[in-house]
Formats: sequence, C-alpha cells, structure tokens
Amino acid sequence: MTFLELKDLRIHFPSDDGLVKSVDGLSFRLERGKTLGIVGESGSGKSVTSLGILGLHKGGRAKISGEIWLDGEELVSASAEHVRTLRGKKMAMIFQDPLSAMHPFYTVGAQIMEAYRIHHDVSKKVARKHAIEMLDRVGIPQPDRRVDSYPHEFSGGMRQRAMIAMALSCDPELLIADEPTTALDVTVQAQILDLMRDLQRDFNAALIVITHDLGVVAELSDDILVMYAGKAIEYGTAEDIFERPEHPYTWGLLGSMPRLDRERTERLLPIKGSPPSLINVPPGCAFHPRCTFADRTGGRSTSEVPELLESEGGHLVRCHLSRDVRRTAWENEIKPNLEAS
Amino acid sequence: MKRRTTTGAAALGAVLALALSACGGGSGSTPKDSAQPADQGGKAEFNAALTGIVNPSDKKGGVLKFANEGDWDSLDPGDTYYGYSWNFVRLYGRSLLMFKSAVGKEGNELAPDLAEGMGQPSDDAKTWTYKLKQGVKFEDGTPITSKDVKYAVLRSLDKEVFPDGYTYFNDFLDLPKGYKGPYKSKGVNTDQAIETPDDQTIVFHLKQSLSNFDYFAQLPATIPVPEAKDTGAKYREHVIASGPYMFQKNEIGKGFTLARNPNWDPATDPNRRALPDGYEVTTNVNADDIDNRILSGDLDVAVLGTGIKQAALGRVLGDPTVKANSDNPTSTRLWYTSINGNVPPLDNIDCRKAVQYAANKVDYQTAFGGEFAGGQIATSMLPPAIPGHEDFNLYPPGADNKGDLEKAKESLKACGQPDGFETNIAYRVERPNEKAAAEALQQALGRVGIKVTLKGFPQADYFALYAGKPGFAKDNKIGLAQNGWQSDWPDGFGFFGQIVDSRVIRDTGGSSNVSVRDPEVDKLLDQAMAETDEAKRNAIWTAIDKKVMEDAYVLPGIWTKTLIVRSKNATNVFVNDAYGMYDYLGLGVK
Amino acid sequence: MVTYIIRRLIWAAVMLTIVSIITFAIFFLVPRLAGATPESLAARYVGRTANAEQVQIAAEKLGFNDPLVVQYGRFAKGIVAGADYDYGPGVEHCPAPCFGYSFLTRLPVWPDLLDRLPVTMSLAFGAAIIWVLAGVATGVVSALKRGSFFDRAAMTIALGGVSLPIFFTGIVSMVVFSYGNPFSITAPGGSYTPLLDDPVAWAYSLVLPWVTLAFLYAAGYARLTRAGMLETMNEDYIRTARAKGLAERTVVLKHGLRGALTPLVTIFGLDVGLLLGGAVLTESTYSLPGMGKYAIDAITNQDLPKVMGVVLFAAFFVVVANLIVDLLYAVVDPRVRLA
Repeated sequence: MTFLELKDLRIHFPSDDGLVKSVDGLSFRLERGKTLGIVGESGSGKSVTSLGILGLHKGGRAKISGEIWLDGEELVSASAEHVRTLRGKKMAMIFQDPLSAMHPFYTVGAQIMEAYRIHHDVSKKVARKHAIEMLDRVGIPQPDRRVDSYPHEFSGGMRQRAMIAMALSCDPELLIADEPTTALDVTVQAQILDLMRDLQRDFNAALIVITHDLGVVAELSDDILVMYAGKAIEYGTAEDIFERPEHPYTWGLLGSMPRLDRERTERLLPIKGSPPSLINVPPGCAFHPRCTFADRTGGRSTSEVPELLESEGGHLVRCHLSRDVRRTAWENEIKPNLEAS
Repeated sequence: MKRRTTTGAAALGAVLALALSACGGGSGSTPKDSAQPADQGGKAEFNAALTGIVNPSDKKGGVLKFANEGDWDSLDPGDTYYGYSWNFVRLYGRSLLMFKSAVGKEGNELAPDLAEGMGQPSDDAKTWTYKLKQGVKFEDGTPITSKDVKYAVLRSLDKEVFPDGYTYFNDFLDLPKGYKGPYKSKGVNTDQAIETPDDQTIVFHLKQSLSNFDYFAQLPATIPVPEAKDTGAKYREHVIASGPYMFQKNEIGKGFTLARNPNWDPATDPNRRALPDGYEVTTNVNADDIDNRILSGDLDVAVLGTGIKQAALGRVLGDPTVKANSDNPTSTRLWYTSINGNVPPLDNIDCRKAVQYAANKVDYQTAFGGEFAGGQIATSMLPPAIPGHEDFNLYPPGADNKGDLEKAKESLKACGQPDGFETNIAYRVERPNEKAAAEALQQALGRVGIKVTLKGFPQADYFALYAGKPGFAKDNKIGLAQNGWQSDWPDGFGFFGQIVDSRVIRDTGGSSNVSVRDPEVDKLLDQAMAETDEAKRNAIWTAIDKKVMEDAYVLPGIWTKTLIVRSKNATNVFVNDAYGMYDYLGLGVK
Repeated sequence: MVTYIIRRLIWAAVMLTIVSIITFAIFFLVPRLAGATPESLAARYVGRTANAEQVQIAAEKLGFNDPLVVQYGRFAKGIVAGADYDYGPGVEHCPAPCFGYSFLTRLPVWPDLLDRLPVTMSLAFGAAIIWVLAGVATGVVSALKRGSFFDRAAMTIALGGVSLPIFFTGIVSMVVFSYGNPFSITAPGGSYTPLLDDPVAWAYSLVLPWVTLAFLYAAGYARLTRAGMLETMNEDYIRTARAKGLAERTVVLKHGLRGALTPLVTIFGLDVGLLLGGAVLTESTYSLPGMGKYAIDAITNQDLPKVMGVVLFAAFFVVVANLIVDLLYAVVDPRVRLA
C-alpha cells in the first residue's frame, strides 16, 4: 500500500473576483523513506497542496475535492478533529522563514514542548528533556541553555534547526518542508539540507520538499513534481528532471537555478512574464503566454488543455509539443546554453 | 454688598460646558402673579408655596437630603456671603436677630433670636444695644455670652483669614485705628466699637448714623464663636453649633451631615421648630442630576435655590402635575444695562432716553431665560419685593414691550443725532445670558440707527479693569455695560448703596456703579441712611429710584425669577421672601 | 534593568517639573501677560465688593505681589520641604509634599488629593476590569466570526460606544436606572461609599459609572482586539500552531490573543494611568468625588493651588503608567530590550 497518495486533488477558494483554483487536479504518490520535491513559482499551488494535506488550507470557505490517502486513511472526507490529531504526530511541517513561523513571545523550548505534549501525556519536565534532546539532535550547541531562548535570539540557521526539531518532536511519518532554506544564507542552506537528509534517513519518514529552487530538490529528492497554475506539468525522478527535462517551464526553472559560481539573482534563461492569475487561467495550455515554443504547437496551445502524459518510464509531461520536438529543443537549444555558462 | 457670584471663569473649553453659573440665592419678593393667597395648608398647585404652607405638619423625625451643585463659600458663619447659606446657617447658628421663618412677605420681618428684643438705638442711631437671652448654650453645653458674639464679629473683620464675607462691620464699626481683628491685633481694646458690659448685653458703636442696623444684627457674623475653639480659617471644618443642629461629619468639598444638638433648648427659641432629626448635604453634585433626583423624590432640596436648569425646565412646565408642585418666586435681583454718561454722545440725556425707548424688553427677557426661568420685565430699578418699590414707567416701551421707535427717534433728534450714533456694549464673556441680552439690545437699537458693537470682557476683571474702570470705559467708548445687582436683604440701602452712589466710583476701577453720577442721588442716599422712620425712609428709596430713571443712567432689564420644585417627601414647604427660596428652617419630613 | 528604572524615574521627575512649570505658567503667567494685576487676580478670591484695601490684603496673603519666580519657588519648596501656613489663631506646618492651600477654602490641597484618590481608583480599576473582559472577548469573537451577524452587531455597538460622549450615556443610564423612570435599581449620582465602609454599598454606588465608563473603553478595546486578532491570526506562527495539532481554542487564546496583546497592554496601561488622574466626565456626570471632579471644580473656581495639585498628581500617574507600560512591554514582548 502506498504511504501517501493524492488523487485528483482540487482546492478552490471562492473570492470576490471569482474562483481561485489553487490546486486543480493533482495526483501523486510517495512512499516512506522517499523524498518528493515539489517545484514551482509562487502561486503555482505547491504550498496550498501541502497545507491541504495537513488540513490547514484556510478557513471553511475553501472547496476541496479529490482524495488524500495517508497510510490507508482518506483525509479529505475525515473529520477536522481527526485530522487535527494526525497533525504534528503523523504528519508535520517545517515552514519557510522560521522567524515568523515561530511565536515570538514563547521560548523555543516551550514551543517544542507544546508540540510534544499535545500528543504525549507527559509532564513538563519530561517534555523539556525531550525538547533538549531534539535541539541536540538538530545540532544546536548547548541545547540545555538554548531551550530557554526566544526565537529572535537565534541565528537564522539555528532557528530553522529549532523549527525542524519542533516538527520532528513527535516522530512524524510524513514531513513536509515548505521552502526550508529560502530565508537562509547559502552556506547555512547546505547545512540544513544535510541535516534534513540525515534526519529523514534516521526517521525513515516520507518527505515532501516544497521549493521554487531546483537546487534544493536536487540535493534531496528522489522524485520531482513541477507545478504550474495548480497543475502538475512534469513529474519524474530527479534524474529525469535534471538530465532529460521535457517541459519548457522546467527548462526555465533549470535556467534560473542558482549555482555557487553564479550570483543568486542572475538568471541565464529567464522565464518571461509572470505567473498566471489562478482565477482566469489562460485557455489551452496555462503556460502558453510565457512559452517560447508555443508557436510550434500548431495553434493547439491556446485552444486545448494538454494532458499529463507519460513520456517514458514514469516520466510524465503536460505539453502539446511532441516528444521529439521537446527532446530536440532540449538537446540543441537549451542544454548547450545552460552548460556554456 | 452684592452676594458674591461664584467665580466661573473656566480655563478649558471642556470645562466651560460644565462650569457652574451658580449665583447667590435671592432675598425677598412679592410675586405679582400669585393671584390670591392660598389657604393655610394650601393644595399642591403652581406657586402655592409663595403664599401658603404646602403639606403643613408637626411630625418630627426623618432626614432631609440637600445637594449643592457647587460648594459653600464657607460654612463658617463669619465667612459666608450667599443667600442660600444665610438661609441654611440658621439651622446650626443663632444670630442676634433673624428673618422670621414665615411665608412670603412675613419672612421679610426681623425677629429676635439670641437677643431678647430688637436693637435699641441711641446717639442718633450711632449706638445700638442688644440684650441676650438667658440659658442659650453651645453644642458642648457652655453658656453663650455677649463676649462670644463680640468675638465672632471681631474675628470676621480679619479679611485675610475670612475673605469671603461682607465688610459691613469693617465699614461701620468705630474700630481703633489699624485694628486687624483678634488674631493680629491681640489684646487691643475694642470697647470703642463693641462693648460687653455684662454677659447678656452687647453694645455696638458706629462711626456714622445707621438707621437700619438691625439688618446687620441678623448677619451670620453675629452667630457666637467660642474663642477657645476658634481655629481661624479651619473653623469651617467644625463650626460649634448654637442652633438646633450640629455637625456630625463634615468633608469640605464632598458634603456634611447635621444631627440634633442636645444642648439646644427650644424654650429659648420660638422661631425654630426643628422637625427633622437631621440633614444630609452633598456638595459638588452635577446640577442636572440634582434636578432629576428632586423630580424623582430621591433628593429634597437644591440648596442653592437658583432654580432648575434648562434641561429639566420643559419637564416641569410641560407636565401639569409636576408644575403644580413647583413655585416661581421673584428675587431681589435686577439685570440691567448701565448707560455711561461719560461716553459721548450718551453724555446727552436725550441720547440716553433714545436707548431707553428703543430697547426691546421682550427680547431682553428671553435672553435671560424667559418668563419663568428668567424673570419679569423691570420698569424701574427697585425690585417689587423691596419696600419703597412703586410701579412707574418713565419710558413706556410700547404696548407689546418691544420698544417705542417713534419716541426713540424724537429723542435722537433732540440729542442732535437724528441718524443715530455708534457705541460699544460690554458684557462678561463667561455669561451667555449677558451676551444674549447685549445682542438683543444691539438689534433693538439698530432699528433707530444706533450702531452697537459687542465687547466681551472676563468677569473676574470686568469691573476692576474694564467696564468698571472710568478711564478704560471712556477711552474705549464703552457706552453701555451689562450689569446685575442683588440686595443682601429686602431693603433699599442694600439694593442701592453700591450701584447708584457716585462716590463709590473710583478712578482705579472696581466699582459696580458704572454710570450713575448724580449729586442729588448721593444726597438722598445720605438722608435715607440717617432716617430712622421706616415710612419716610422708604419714600426716599422711591425718590432715588425715580431720580435715577429720570437721569436715564440705567436701562432696567428684568427682575429675576426662579423655578423651584418642592420635595416629594417634605412637609411645611413655603417660600420665604427674605431669601426668595424655600425656608430651610421650616421644612419637615413626611 | 535597575539602571533603566532609575534613569526613567529621574526623567519622570524632570517631566513633572516641566509639567508644573507649564501649568504654573498657564494659570499664573498668562493672566499677568494679559494685563492682570495682583489685585485683579486676588479679586477672584474675595467678596467682589471688598474695598481696595481688602483686595490688597488678599493679594498679599495669596502671595500675588511677589515675582512669579518667587511664587513658583514657594510652590516647589512646599512640595519638597513643606510649608507653614497662618490660619489665623496660629501657624500650621504643612509637611512635604505640601501642594499649598486652596485659594478659596484655605485648606491644604494634599489631603484632598489623597482623599479623592480611592474614589478614582475604585472607578478606574472597576471599569478597567469590565472593559478588558468585555472588550477583549467581544473583539476575539468578532475576529473569529468575521462578517457574521455577531461581528457586525458588535462593531456597530462599538462604534456607538466610541462615539457617544459619557455625559450623554451617563445621563441616559441614570434616567433609565436611577430616577425610577422606568427603573430605580442603581444608586443616583453623588452617593459614593468607601469600599472599606461597606463593600456592597461601594459596588452599588459604582456599578453604573463602571458600566458606562467601561462601555466607552470596551468599545475601543473590542475594535482594537478585533483588528489585532485579524492580523495575528494571519501570522505564520498561527499556522505553525495549527500544524502542531493544537486545538483551535488553544490556537486562538494562547497563540492568537497572546500575539494581539502587546498593543492592548500599552493602551491599557496608558488608559488606566490617565483615568487615575481623574475620569473627569464620568465623575462629573455621576458626581463622584474623585480626582476628575476635583479638577473640574478647581478649574471652574479658578482655585489654582488645587489645579496645580491635581494636574501634577495626574501627570504623576501618567508618567508612572508610562514607565510601567514600558516595563510591562518587555515582559509581554521578549524581543523588547530596555535601554
């Protein structure tokens, strides 16, 4: 049995301007011990997906449909209260920017203890000991002292470590990390990624890493899911995505990938334009207004929504271009450019 | 000798809205509109308490609740100068003489209190002798002697310690030169001013003849003070009672309670019935709250006696049953406009007459609150309640009281100003009524071409620096000035003394007489002071009233009236003309 | 921390001195500049028909003949070292802090202030408890049920509460509940009983002022809490709290409200500090003999020593409240450093 499986998940938010289709028919599977990277620009629906899994998509106004199977339980139809008992314990989340994601008025220790005590009926003393252990485990020096520090007294990397300690405090089976390194320095990023990789191995958890940064997933992921406008547009193993990417959007992302020998903000192959409105998604292929290859689809790109189709061996792509065209374009036009730099 | 009005100059706008505009209570009056005398035990109808006793009863016991929207100037009998306070002080203090606790005009009559009889004048009314009753005691049981009365009067002369009171005794007693009262002039022999040949006799020696010294003898300053217990400025915190009630608790600024004085002997006191067991008085209470509580029966008396406020006026006048439980007495206060003969062209009598004719008396009355809360239109100076008053009107303002414009124009022609002239009118900025009256006058005089400009001045310095300072008034062409006066007691001396005597006008300012400069009037005043025959004296007051009106130095506005509401719980409710409010000595509890 | 407090206390003393100088200038210097003489000032505190000599006596007694600096110095000295006062038969020493003697009642001001303080404290603290509980609860519920009928009704009432002046709500409350028309279930104005005399009568005499005053503030606090809650409930750390699996109630109260609390604590401290200086309108409307009523009466009567006393007293509370708020701020928000 698959540990985590999403089937045609849709999360829509009604708003004054219309229906916001944040997630629109997303399916994927993830096994224990494996890591899935979900990549996309902001607004692509990747964060909403993760919140949807945890049952944290905002308010009672969101419309959610489809299925989320976690270890044999379906969560979309489960009661909110039941999902709450799973949160923190069975599935936990590491948020972007730990400075704002941790409560500024409570000590780091208190916040870890709180997470632990929700799911474990133990005394404060025991919980405190556990919190110190967790801090130690994520590599915070002098954890017995730092346990009483406030988040603002930590450095960025330390905070993210503490955040990870908090998320792992109940030994979750599914861990979702939402942009875990975005707010950090490059060197610290690497440390955190190492830490996450080690911990995942130790805990044997399923890990979802959400990021706009392909570099991060390259370090961690077994599989990669590229999202655009609420939909998956490419899915495959890390090797598929980095060696044989087939979607023009993925090429764009690869072009934007920061590298140590390059300035972070410098983009070799920028993706022109900006992410589409999730209310008025462009007709046909949602990416076509930004796609430099749209003219090679014979006009289908503006009229027909492309299907997510298997290219080969589980590598899925949602594109009107024929496989040959895509491969040729990659080999001849994109890859040399990327390597030249 | 006007009772002091509270200094209402407020510094902040927000405060202004709440500022009290309390004035001293009234003295006697004869209400002209009370058609016929009510029976003794008069029914509850409008103005019934002006002429009869409402809810007569002999029942003793109970507690009466009084409230004051401000605070007493002082509870010290030697330091208080409000009509309501003089009305109230009789509960705990006994002066040589007192106004009778009686309905209407009879309340204007003096009766012996500590004294056995009225004063005996001798030496051309320069010496006055009083005999004290035997057996009158202070609250601690000590017998009251003439020396206690003498001490009380002498200490009240110290205006550094007692700044609130009147200066009658300072002005008239034949004191040793430089005498400053018993605190500062210790051991100085004062027998030339007050003699106490024995414990029951007190003799006052005056510098000049004073035909009506008996009115002085009713002043609260003659309420005895035991020297041993005198604490000067702090005596107000615990006044030693000689009347039927004494202070049980006294928190200055918040209130006090009176309880029965066990050493008060009713046998020595035919004037007081002392029905209630005590009095609860709260001070500094919101004025509207006072009105509402009286109407709901939670409170008995608004001690100031200045009438209910605008907010509750409609409820009283609009509801026949409520109105039937209220009274509308007239006080001895006159609101008027001084016409300054020093400011051309008002130095010409015809120009002054033009002002008299052109004035709109109805608007003037409205400015002060209308018929019930304001007062009745005045046709001369002397109020109807004061002996010597005569009805006359030298400048009839037309059938509708709105002015006789023809006569006004004739007067202007006679004055040589046929097209009118320009002048200024002064008023006290803190007093919206005076401003409204000034505006009414501005409008009325404008009809005949007299162009009037309004000039507001702070009331604290109104007489000292502005309207009352002759040089300032002349230089700034203050031809007209809003003014008001109230007599301390129903007597021509108390009414006219300070407002028509040209000799009180000083170049340095400060006089309430702004405009009346007539040597003949001065002469008449001196005559009246020396005249011991009451009827003849009253005739002189009439003559003064007429002479001032002939000179047209004063434009009379209104004689004030107040609308007061009877307590639902009180018995023996009646208005005493001496105070122009309910007699606090008479009230009992149902 | 200790140095911080000491520095703040010194600063507070400086502030109070400045306040006293400004107040003194307003009431003593400005009239002089406007042309008032010692005599014309003294004329306010004697019978108006007093002759020139008697006004002069009063001016001398009240010290108006001295240069203003000397007058202020005398006032300041009284506070620091006490003063002597000649009340007639003898001289009384008024121990420090002596705020002088009333120009009108000739009684010392300081005992009055101490006497008035419990009334104002009773009023302020009682009302504060009510408004905090009611205002914050309403604000929290409104924020959580944003857009609901409750929210809209509560916010409409709150707008009314903030807009309606107390001399209106106060009088209406008394008309309805005090004057027997239709009810007579609460104490009328001017009926304060000290707590220690009779706690029941104390509460009875204060319940209406409490509720009325609290209504005014509760309205503001409800709006403030609502706005704060709407903001904090959108914070990332709320999502974190939920992700931990916390019950919604805990999320709202422990994480949401705690985050929204900081501005409330600040405002609350300052509000209470200001109120301790006198709830002027409430005390006037209900005739409660507190600091505010005292201030109004003093200003109305131009009783300047009382004005000086009450202004300084009120300023003292504001300064102290500021200090407490700042200290509290550091407690409430650990990110704040006192320096």
